[in-house]
Amino acid sequence: MSTTTDVASASATRRAFDEFWHYFSESREAVAGMVFMIFIILVAILAPVIAPHSPIETNTDFLRKPPAWQDGGSMQFLLGTDAVGRDILSRLIHGSRYSLLVGCIVIFLSLTFGILLGVTAGYFRGFYETAVMRVMDVILSVPSLLMALVLVAILGPGLENAMIAIAVTYTPHFVRLSRAQVISEAKRDYVMASRIAGAGRFRLMAITILPNCMSPLIVQSTLSFSTAILDAAALGFLGMGAQPPTPEWGTMLAEAREFITSAWWMVTFPGLAILITVLAINLMGDGLRDALDPKMKRS
Amino acid sequence: MSTPPVLQARDLHRHYDVGGGAFTKPTPLRALAGASFDLYPGKTLAVVGESGCGKSTMARLVTMMEPPTSGTLEIDGLDAVHGKKSRNVARQLRQTVQMVFQDPYGSLNPRQRVGAMLEEPLKINRPTLSAKEREEAGRSMMQRVGLRSEHYDRYPHMFSGGQRQRIAIARALMLNPKIVVLDEPVSALDVSIQAQVLNLLNDLQEEFQLAYLFISHDLSVVKHVADDVMVMYLGHPVEFGPSKEAFANPQHPYTRALLSATPMADPRRTRQRIKLTGEIPSPLNPPSGCTFHPRCPLANERCKREAPKTLTRDPVTVACHAVEEGRNEVVSSPRA
Repeated sequence: MSTTTDVASASATRRAFDEFWHYFSESREAVAGMVFMIFIILVAILAPVIAPHSPIETNTDFLRKPPAWQDGGSMQFLLGTDAVGRDILSRLIHGSRYSLLVGCIVIFLSLTFGILLGVTAGYFRGFYETAVMRVMDVILSVPSLLMALVLVAILGPGLENAMIAIAVTYTPHFVRLSRAQVISEAKRDYVMASRIAGAGRFRLMAITILPNCMSPLIVQSTLSFSTAILDAAALGFLGMGAQPPTPEWGTMLAEAREFITSAWWMVTFPGLAILITVLAINLMGDGLRDALDPKMKRS
Repeated sequence: MSTPPVLQARDLHRHYDVGGGAFTKPTPLRALAGASFDLYPGKTLAVVGESGCGKSTMARLVTMMEPPTSGTLEIDGLDAVHGKKSRNVARQLRQTVQMVFQDPYGSLNPRQRVGAMLEEPLKINRPTLSAKEREEAGRSMMQRVGLRSEHYDRYPHMFSGGQRQRIAIARALMLNPKIVVLDEPVSALDVSIQAQVLNLLNDLQEEFQLAYLFISHDLSVVKHVADDVMVMYLGHPVEFGPSKEAFANPQHPYTRALLSATPMADPRRTRQRIKLTGEIPSPLNPPSGCTFHPRCPLANERCKREAPKTLTRDPVTVACHAVEEGRNEVVSSPRA
């Protein structure tokens, strides 16, 4: 008995995945974005294995070495070395860990609190909603990077505090989005139908309404994932994020600032890493939205 | 009637407070002003009227989504107004009354598979059932409403309007209710599909002895399904009685006007159309006296001053001064 239901549920999952893949793979950009993301994730996981050098090990014999294909470069340091002789490729590989970590944690925090506050505000309305939304307006009224800077200044510089600060500045977007979605969805007849069937508040909010509010939230999440990486890099660049010698991409940019004219590779490669990662996430996000929203499917 | 009614509503009122800022008093909107009716197992009560006459408010009161401002509502022997405070009574009540909505595109959760939708009422109200039992119940109900059970795992957007309405009906019947509120269940559907859905509703009513509260503005549909008819105007029931009588020999001038406006599929039958002039007044500021007087062809001074009482003109009840004074015989009936 249990085996038959297991098989049935396994095939149902399988079918759901096939369906998802069918719609997702229709967009080539999305697939390309996803392939690159998988690549980055693998790189991040395998960083200690594949990095040719230690990311923080300095080597005074090879200061500011150009990339391998340029005059003076060597195969030992494929993308060259920085001002204190650390291998840029290894630093980039290790840096991917920090960037993905920042993105994931920021999204996790801001999405969780955003949905929690937004859905309850949209469902209960009244004074509670007003209170929540005014607080969010206050956070939104300060430019996000400035807000993050202030928070980091209070909490103290460092990658963890930078993530918390960025999450705080992103939460209002999620609150507003989910509240607006809940308000418009709560009026629909299917919510009434669930109420008549006896669904309680929690069930209505979490099971009936929330899934119908997810597609703008998913898009916002992927956009925020990339901007979180950018903001973390910006904080690192301003010296408030990850502290040297952490091989964080933004911090690497900051350290390389004074060599922009003399050693182009030191700024170009971290910059490119940020650019391509952010682009890949955005492309993938669009594809995810198209594939996850049944309303956009053609049967 | 020999069988006892499954629902008894007495003098139901529902007011809403509209507007009202920091310095202005909210205005009461009388969405429903005194409706009394009974529902019997296996019988259909149709509520007809223009938009804004209180039909949907009635649906919300009967489904207990909103409490009435005043009046009593007794469902299956339980007090639905005050009994809701007790958890057990509330649970029992909501299993007794279910609803089918007008728009099958809005009433089905686009993110929920049909199967999950059908199982949801069971999941909430019958927690002792196993997942397998729930699924069996859902699949058999799906077949009962004329859908194939292979469609169990599909999303609503894969179905046509008629199929969606069948799903909505199946969902309403999952808890074996005694009363089903049908809020214009066919008006969003194609005419060819309307008949199928109405026949399905008819079959289900016979099989499960359901009491229908059928809300509609389509009199040709009402004629087909209703045992009793209640005609509403601006929250007031103006005429109430067995559907045969009400359609054959309408008393109230508003009922006559409505009937005369129904298209008939017989080109040889000529008839006089009673044209109502003017718009339906705002329920925020209803006319004095009889609310129908500004548009009524039979109105006189008394109608402007005095609200009509409900008169019994067996077998129907009518609220109209003209009927009381016998002035309504002047206008020929719409069948002439």
